[in-house]
Order: sequence, then C-alpha cells, then structure tokens
Amino acid sequence: MRLKSYRFFDISKDHNYFDEEANRRIMRKVADKCYLPMNQLLLDLIHEFKGEFKVSFSISGTAMDQFEMYAQDVLDSFKRLADTGCVEFLAETYAHSLSALKSPEEFKNQVERQAKKIEQLFGQKPKVFRNTELIYSNHIGWMVNQMGYKTMVTEGADKVLDWRSPNYLYQNEHVPELKLLLKNYKLSDDIAFRFSQSSWDAWPLTADKYVDWLNSISWTEEIVNLFMDYETFGEHQWHETGIFDFMYHLPRLVLSRSEFKFCTPSEASAQLQVRGALSIDNPISWADLERDLSAWLGNHIQDDAFDSLYRLEEKVKRIDDKDIQRDWLYLQTSDHFYYMCTKFFSDGDVHKYFNHYNTPYEAFINYMNVLTDFEERVNNYIKALDAKPKSASKLNGAPKVQAPVKAKSLAKAKPAAKAKPVAKAKAKPVAKPKPKVAPKTKAKVAPKAKAKVVAKAKPKAVAKAKPKSKPVVKPKAKSTTTTTKKKK
Amino acid sequence: MKKKRLRALMFGWEFPPQISGGLGTACYGLVSGLIQHNVDVLFVVPKLYGKEDTDKFRFVDANKVAVNFDHPSFNENLKKISYLEINSRIIPYVSPEEFATSQESTFSDVRINNTAKTLQYTFTGKYGADLIKEVQQYAMVAMQIARDNEFDIIHAHDWLTYQAGIVAKEISGKPLVVHVHATEFDRSGEHVNQDVYNIERAGFHAADTIIAVSRLTRRILIDRYDVPPHKVVVVHNAVVPRSKVIYKKENLLDKQIVTFLGRITFQKGPDYFVEAAKKVLEQLPDVHFVMAGHGDMYIKLVERVAELRMSSRFHFTGFLNSAETDKMYGMTNVYVMPSVSEPFGITPLEAMRSGVPVIISNQSGVAEVLKYVIKVDFWDTNILADSICGLLNYPKISKTLAEEGYKEVDGLKWEYAALRVKEVYQETLNQLR
Repeated sequence: MRLKSYRFFDISKDHNYFDEEANRRIMRKVADKCYLPMNQLLLDLIHEFKGEFKVSFSISGTAMDQFEMYAQDVLDSFKRLADTGCVEFLAETYAHSLSALKSPEEFKNQVERQAKKIEQLFGQKPKVFRNTELIYSNHIGWMVNQMGYKTMVTEGADKVLDWRSPNYLYQNEHVPELKLLLKNYKLSDDIAFRFSQSSWDAWPLTADKYVDWLNSISWTEEIVNLFMDYETFGEHQWHETGIFDFMYHLPRLVLSRSEFKFCTPSEASAQLQVRGALSIDNPISWADLERDLSAWLGNHIQDDAFDSLYRLEEKVKRIDDKDIQRDWLYLQTSDHFYYMCTKFFSDGDVHKYFNHYNTPYEAFINYMNVLTDFEERVNNYIKALDAKPKSASKLNGAPKVQAPVKAKSLAKAKPAAKAKPVAKAKAKPVAKPKPKVAPKTKAKVAPKAKAKVVAKAKPKAVAKAKPKSKPVVKPKAKSTTTTTKKKK
Repeated sequence: MKKKRLRALMFGWEFPPQISGGLGTACYGLVSGLIQHNVDVLFVVPKLYGKEDTDKFRFVDANKVAVNFDHPSFNENLKKISYLEINSRIIPYVSPEEFATSQESTFSDVRINNTAKTLQYTFTGKYGADLIKEVQQYAMVAMQIARDNEFDIIHAHDWLTYQAGIVAKEISGKPLVVHVHATEFDRSGEHVNQDVYNIERAGFHAADTIIAVSRLTRRILIDRYDVPPHKVVVVHNAVVPRSKVIYKKENLLDKQIVTFLGRITFQKGPDYFVEAAKKVLEQLPDVHFVMAGHGDMYIKLVERVAELRMSSRFHFTGFLNSAETDKMYGMTNVYVMPSVSEPFGITPLEAMRSGVPVIISNQSGVAEVLKYVIKVDFWDTNILADSICGLLNYPKISKTLAEEGYKEVDGLKWEYAALRVKEVYQETLNQLR
C-alpha cells in the first residue's frame, strides 16, 4: 500500500495517506500481467493433472483488501483455485508487517486477522505459517507455535544451515513441535531472479534443464521448497521471457521425468520425518546477501521510524475506529522500511527496482510526515476518550468524540475483529510413508501479498519407504542452461 | 545653485523578483533608498527576466550589450580579467583563419560579429558550473558599459561583480565602491575557493571605499584580506517594509513549533540547532522542530536526527517558496538562526516582521543592530536549548520580544541605510578631489 507524497504542510489537514490512484493502477497492471494469467495456468495444470499438481499461496490481508477494492476478478480466480482442493493458503501477518520483531500482541492480532480473512474468502483455515519476508528466529517460532501452528516456512539460509541441506524437514530446536520447511533459495532464485538473465551461464533456462537439476539432487534428500514472489510470473519476468511457457511444461516434466511429486506444505509436514533441528537466535530473512533484517531495520532512519510507529501501539489499541485501525495496519507494512534502506552497494539494484522514491531519505521524510499526522489523530482520540470518563464505559459508545477527519476507508478492512486464534492446524496427515515431497514455490504478490505456491510431492504417495523424495516442480523450459546447482 | 545629481553605475548579480538569496533583496532595498535620496542608479544585471520593475529602476541587461573588440583597450583589459588561470575561456578559441573567414560565429555562449567587430555574451545569471567564466564575461561587458555611460561613481556588489567594477574603474577613472554582503570565509568556512578569494582580494584592494554589512564582516576583511581599516565602513542592511501578515496556523495546531529556516549548510549552523533540539526535547517532549530549506548537510542531519531518535518531533520540509515561508513563520513559536558566520542575516528580520520571537547567534551581523532578540553563541547548545525552553515556557517574554521586535524591525529602513551609502559616495568623491 503505497503512501502518496505527503508534505509537512499536509500534517493536520490531510488524513488520506495512501496513493489510491497508484495502488489501483499497479494492482490492475499486475492483475493483468501476472495474477490472472498465472492463476489460470495453475488452474489448468491442476485440472490436467487431476490432483497431482499442487501449489500454495501466502497472501497478506492488505493484498486481499486490494483485490477486493480493485481486482475482484483476481479474488474470484483465487477462489476457483481454492475450490480445487489442490491449493493451500498460508497464514501470515495481515499487513505484511514486521510486528513479530516488536510486539507479540500486535503480531498475534495480525495473524489472527489474516487467517480469518483467508477462511472467509477461501473457506480454509491456514495451518502453516510463513512470516513476512520469511523472517524467523527461535523466538518467533515459539510465538507462532503458541498460536497453534505446527509448521512454518522460512529461508534455507546458508548461515544457519552451514553444511546442511535445506531439502529436509527440520524443527525448532527449542520448540520441537514446530516443524520448519526451508526455502531452497538456489532453485527458487533460478526462476525468480535469473530466469531471464542472459548473462547467466545457465540462460536460457528450460523445464528440461530444471528437471535435470532436480534429478541431480541426492536421492537421500526429501523435499525441495520453492518459494517466490508471485509477480515472478509475468511481472518480474515478463511474458516475453517465456516464463509462462516454462511453468506450463515444468509440472509435466517433473511428473514424468523425475521422482518428485507435488505437495502442499501441510502435506509435506505431515508426511516427512524431521531430520534435524535448527537453533536461530538472530532473525533471518530471505532478503539480500545478508539474509538478515538489514533491508528493513538497522540504520538510524529505519529504526527511528519503526520505533516511532510502535510507540503508538498502546494508544491505538484503545481506539475503536476503523480508519485509525486500518491506517495503523497499513503503516506497519515492511515496504515502508525497505524504502529507507541505505545499503546501496551489494543489493542496491534490487532495492532500486522495488523503490519508487528517489532516495531513502525522501521515503523516510514522507513516512514521518504521515506518522506525525497519524500520531496527532491518535492523540486527539485519546484526549477525547480520557475527557469523558463517566459516560459509557464502552469505547464504541463514544462515537461523538470528535475525531479527526475521516479518511476514506479503503479496504474494507475488517474491523478490528478479535479474531480467534487461527488455525490450530494440526496437520495430521496420515501417511506414514515417507512420501516424497515436492517443492513449493512461493510467490509474493506485489502489492504485498505474497503468494506462495507450493508444489509438493504427490500426496498420494503413500508409504513408500524410501525416503528419497524429491520435489517437484518441473518446468518447461525452453532454454537450456547449465547451472550449477549442486546440492550436496 | 542646484546641486548636480549623483550618478552611480551599479553592478549586481540578481534583482527581484528573480533572486536566489539575500543579495538581490538587499540590492532592491538599497537602490530604492538611493532613488529616494535623488541618486541616479544604473543597475547592471547579467540577465533581465522581464518581471523587473523597469519603470522605477534603470537596468542594463548584460545579455544585450555588444562589446567592441576592435577598441584599443580591449586586449589589455582582456588580459587583466583573465589573469586567473582558470579552465574557462572568455572568448572561444578560434584560429586566425577561421576568424578571418567567418563573418559571424556563434558558440554556446558567445556571438561574434566580425563586421561590427563585436562580441555578445549569453548569461544565465545563475550560480552554475560555469560561474567563474560568466563572472569574467560580465567584466568584459562592463568594459563597454563604462565607455557608453556617464556616471560619477561605481558600486559593485559581492565578488561576482568585482572584476566588472575594476574594469569600469580602469576605463572611466571613476572611483569604485565595493559592497561586501558575504565573503568566501562565510560561505565556505576554512575551505575557501582560491579563485574566488583572489577575485575578492583584488576587488578590495582596487576599491576606493569598501562597504561591509556588519562590523563582523569588516573584521574579516581586515584580518583575512589585509584591507586597511580606514577603507572599510559599515552600513547595516535593512528590510523592505511590508504590511504585517500573520498566517493562521494550520498544521500541528496544538503544538509549539521551533523553526530553523535557511540553507542547510555549514555557514548556517543547522547542526547546532539539531543538538539543541535534543536537549529541549528532554525537558519538553512535545515540542516540534522544523528545519526548512535544503543544502549539502541535509542528509547528514536527517541521519543525526534519526540517530537521536527524535524524528517524530523534528521535521524537514525541504525548500520553501515564499508563500510557504510565510506560512512557516505563521506557525512558529520560536525562530532560531544559529549561524556560525553570518555577515548580516535577513531571516530573523522576516520572522520578527511576522511577530515571531527570535534567537540569533552572536556570530551574525544582524546581532549588531537588534535589541529585542535573544543572542547566544552558536556553539553553546546548552544556552540555546535553555533559551528555547524559556521562550516556550514563559509566554510573557515571548510576547514582549514579538511585539517590541516587530517595532524594532519596522525601524530598520533602507531609506536610512541608503542615506548612509550616499554619504559614503560623497566622502569617496571628496577624498579624490
């Protein structure tokens, strides 16, 4: 949810912070280039392979709000996918926020709220959690497990895996009930980032070649999790690059030429044995070379903006106003902090691609202007609340509080909702067999939804004692590459 | 026995409404005052933009002047002007053959007419990358202007026009007054541009009289440029009167606001404002600070403010146009000008004219003329913070300063300053007699 250009002289006068025009335009563009054609392709593949092809999505509440506002057709197409039974929707924070790093309470609220929205729109309760930007640590894992989730997706970062392979099911060393599916960033990024890079020695990438790589994975390894921005398909990689063609062929080649099957994260978690435990004190993420939080937090401007925002949390929680609550959510979106990143050297190019501000400082000043106005509105509410002690004890009995002007509500954001804890997911999969898991791809939706497609091994695989499953995904490729991916 | 009117040939670089700093405003006020005192002023600018008041003022547009290069003194003056080894050419390099064959040549900034034997320059009047070249070309034009006009005295404002003044003096034999609104030390601290310094120094030594806008500036001329003290007189700036405009506050309605407004550069001391803000917020956590303007320290200060974790109380507005500047004063409770080196300093006067109490540094020329302000040393952020808190906490002091300050500024008229300048002209002419 992009902020509009908001100047100092707008403070106290303008309470509409978001660039609705741009948000609508971007959503429409991405819907036409990516969501609609890719959803259709996935739907066709699911039908064609009659249950053998599966994917999963992780979509933020903000993205769902935007679908509702600007792209009902996208929402409908996701619903059609949900109806196939071959698509799993994951839980995440409502606002694609970094709340897990700051406020356990806010984190929980947002997860509950997003899960409720998923259930309302797609008729399934999320059972697997994936945090914003795949941010994960022991503590975050613990919080997630406390909310009832037994499986979480995170980055297969080298710095935590060291010599180990991401291609197994892991668990949180301190909270063994929480299983971890690790993104295979090499194979994921081959599609998400390198697919159309002509300087890449494996370019052009074909589904055949990709399946060769899958087949070269040691037979002892059990799953390949593919997770990527959903905009990979048609937006980051344009239609002309052949990405849709690749995706058309991949499943058929995986199913015909490899031992991999496709499965959903829940199925993978249920069917696979835990092969190792991870202890991760400092949060990891999927971003940049560092795979840490430095894309969003860590420099002065990011930290000051972040702290200034969450300093308002206590007050915001007392206010029963849907505009305030909606803005509170949208102001937490991680992108705002991403735009303030000053690491220009190693990952500056990627950052630039995703950043419409000229400089991080411009992004910061704009954000702080908005936040100053938001703080003033919040304080006015609180003042009004405190001023009328006797009257109705219920907050909602006090609608007369002269509140700040009302911004027009975008999103039909769901009212504060005290959602219930969300999925209790207990995946009980069955299968004792050790199936072969398939990979999962995840895509992240541009607006900030991240959809993740998980492809996983075929589910039916029942017990077959050999654990060598391999993931799945097979592309079709028209290109031939040779990359190197060697997995141990 | 009617007294003959004094005629001044004045060289400036900017003139309202097209201005980028205080220089143009000061020229406007001064010339208006001189006219009131019956001085005829012919004002030379690099470029006229079309919005200038040509009924009231007499201008020469340097863009329109055709310089005769066939004149005997041309080469001699050219040599003088280009004595600086600078990577710029006053006239384009053209081989003798080319020069002979082409009747008319046009270069990016020079038109040569071989029939009429003239050169004509194109000036931007900006402060761009080719500034030094433009400054020299402006001096070439001065040569022609000095030949074509009658005047009693030459008056040149700041280094941009000193060479023009020197050339005009050479040609005409009339006395030169240079007017110092700022020196290179004010603009750049100790990292002076040597070319600029050299031009300034040549101007000071060629001048018959120097007018400095403050005692502070006079001191710099004496200490850093070896100017003989008797040559420098001080004439403080004034303000162009304007009816009192108080804007209604529209932003941060119930907050107290402390404002810095100016270029965010070393000279203006913005970093001291930031450090003082931190100290104020420790006492008064709900005060808001605004830094309006732009400059080369902008990013550094945004970072510093964030590092001090006060971004939710400290706002950067970027550059403000004049309507926004008025708005800004309208919502300001305390205006601070913590300049490290300020030859004069016009913004506190603008703030006072809007009824805002003001804190200025002792290191500003304007401190020499104001009584109803708080004066602090720029480096003493403790005292600066205390002063801000004092004005915010004690409305009576603020009110007194605002009211008395308004009257005080109202008394600083260009009419008076211009009269003093006229006297300087006469004294200079008398000395030479």
